[in-house]
Amino acid sequence: MNMSVGWVFFYLLVFPGFLFTSVVGLLYTWVDRKVTARIQFRVGPPLLQPFYDFFKLLGKDTFVPEGAPRSIFLGAPLIGLASVSVLSTVLLVSNLFPGQAFAGDLIVVLYLFAFVPIVLILGASSSSNPISALGASREMSLYLAYELPLLFALATIIVKSGGLLKIGDLLQWQWTNHPFLYSASGALAFVSAFLCMQAKLGFVPFDIAEAEQEIMGGITLEYSGPVLAVLKLTKAMLYFTVSIFLTVFFWGGFRSPREGWYHILGWLKPLAIIVLIILIKNTNPRLRIDQALRFFWSIVLVLSIAGFILATVGL
Amino acid sequence: MAALERKVIPIGPFHPLQEEAEYFKLTVEGEKVVGLDIQLGYMHRGHEKICEGKTYDQIPFVVERICGICSTSHPFACVQAIEDAAGIEIPPRAAYIRTIVGELERIHSHLLWVGLAGHFLGYNTVWMWAWKYRESVLEISELITGNRNHYAMFKPGGVRRDIEGGMIPPLLQVLDDADKKILMLTKAVLDDPVLHKRLEGVGVLTPEMAVEYSVVGPTARASGLAIDVRKDDPHAAYDWIEWEEIVLHEGDVFAKAKVRLLECLESTKIIRQCVQKLKDLPEGEIDAHMERGPDGEGIGRYEAPRGEVFHYVKGDGSLYPSRYKIRAPSSMNIKSNEVAVLGGSVADAAITLAAVDPCYCCTERIAAFNTKGKLLYTWDDLVKLSQEKTARMGGGS
Repeated sequence: MNMSVGWVFFYLLVFPGFLFTSVVGLLYTWVDRKVTARIQFRVGPPLLQPFYDFFKLLGKDTFVPEGAPRSIFLGAPLIGLASVSVLSTVLLVSNLFPGQAFAGDLIVVLYLFAFVPIVLILGASSSSNPISALGASREMSLYLAYELPLLFALATIIVKSGGLLKIGDLLQWQWTNHPFLYSASGALAFVSAFLCMQAKLGFVPFDIAEAEQEIMGGITLEYSGPVLAVLKLTKAMLYFTVSIFLTVFFWGGFRSPREGWYHILGWLKPLAIIVLIILIKNTNPRLRIDQALRFFWSIVLVLSIAGFILATVGL
Repeated sequence: MAALERKVIPIGPFHPLQEEAEYFKLTVEGEKVVGLDIQLGYMHRGHEKICEGKTYDQIPFVVERICGICSTSHPFACVQAIEDAAGIEIPPRAAYIRTIVGELERIHSHLLWVGLAGHFLGYNTVWMWAWKYRESVLEISELITGNRNHYAMFKPGGVRRDIEGGMIPPLLQVLDDADKKILMLTKAVLDDPVLHKRLEGVGVLTPEMAVEYSVVGPTARASGLAIDVRKDDPHAAYDWIEWEEIVLHEGDVFAKAKVRLLECLESTKIIRQCVQKLKDLPEGEIDAHMERGPDGEGIGRYEAPRGEVFHYVKGDGSLYPSRYKIRAPSSMNIKSNEVAVLGGSVADAAITLAAVDPCYCCTERIAAFNTKGKLLYTWDDLVKLSQEKTARMGGGS
């Protein structure tokens, strides 16, 4: 388990970290746009459109609004990008090479997930734009709303597996027994974690913090040029990472020790998850922030606690 | 709870919510809207003045361009005003054709609104679906009038084109399809629990306030006011056929959406009856041939998709009107937002502002700013100018 520093950098920057995740993430956004377009009787963009968009933004100017602290305003998106890169590395490595997982990586994953909204809130509030501030306050409320059900969902599978805290061990448990999704408590945990992730991604019905028609993009309103490109890339990478997260924690991972076709089929799992995300996104209007809060603190929280209780009695 | 800091959230002058330039200054405490200042005047185009330089035959083309969506409502009111001044009766065939074109426009306008409302709620699937269904209505308009929009169908005294026998089967086909799809859309909207949550009780305009602000059209009918020019002051063929006025009492955005969707179904009913009557009528005159310009005043009213359109014309016997005056429905409806958005959240304000189906450039009548933003005329100055002009024209009536 002693990796050389060179390998660590390779993992973080090339595969399965930054480069791999960003390419797949951008392809995911293409899938998103294409499926959405087909649902809406449109043709949809060509495969490379997300890449064109990204590189076009790189060539634009970045404006820093008057009165915004430069370091925070410009630094926040970079921290977000870095944390999502590390996050995807940890998740993917723990599934690809279960032996290389480290103790407590689950906690690290949780922290890194929390980084993205915090970074967005930080950048938006520092932009000195009242509309961005409104977006930041909405993001903050949303974060407070979905964090607790998410914790309960993870606690459910930890209890279910008998107190394992390493992602590799959790996967091993699923391989020897069954994926958590196929048990009553695990299914409830999956549903609540799934809804939390929809909110984390900021997709309809929880795109409240961006709400183009209300607050013109809210949290990302003041960003432009390469920094906006970084934000968009972060979101695309998060998209991929979320699907991997749900697959690894609840559905037995995308790669299991079993041989043959299962390898390839395993990669369809995250794809199936994003198709589900896209469907929800396209069949719902945006909720109001108070409605989203109520939704997470009543329905989703109850669901996740129910799952937790079921897990403690072994269902 | 201590009072939150008051902030201004601007919606406009350029904002993704609205396609046109306008400025809604929302004063908010956190998310709650506590004040609204409506500033219009960005889109003034001087249509009334342009009309005074056009012949009566040309005016319908000009007023048609007041609005792209209700592009037949303005000519409808316009030709009626001119006919009123000239004392012309139009042939029944023309009346039916006018009604058909007017109602086709209502269907496509309401579907357009439903789509936009979906978009404003982040529900882009509804947007795209509604607009797809609208497409067949536009295509049939093209078949009948030659244009998808700006039909150029109306003239003082009648219509420019007949609806021939060959156009009727495709028209009926489109109506059948539209009926099915509108029903499907209506059910989808009315049964969606999330839409219920999002729209019910939002942006309520009470009947008292609706009267106070003199709102018109679906905005009024959703607040329990049974006003519809087509019923109250029947013209064209509206008196000769069976149809119902949709009136709801809730006054919220949901009721406004419902009124519009149900009105679409009424419109297909009206068109079907008109087509039936057209078939029974002998082929014949569609134009009463106005020979000379009217000498005197006339008014025309029509129930546009957004409410009552009012046109006034004053002629002196020449080819040109000496005064032309237009009141578009949005000028009444937009102001009612002042009460409708209060107390709601910013999210509700966005959909409430859009719920009156505003059309700003139709409404704008005054622009009194110079490029430095300095006010050139106050309201009183403008009233004085107007009175002076009326006096110059011969004392008015």
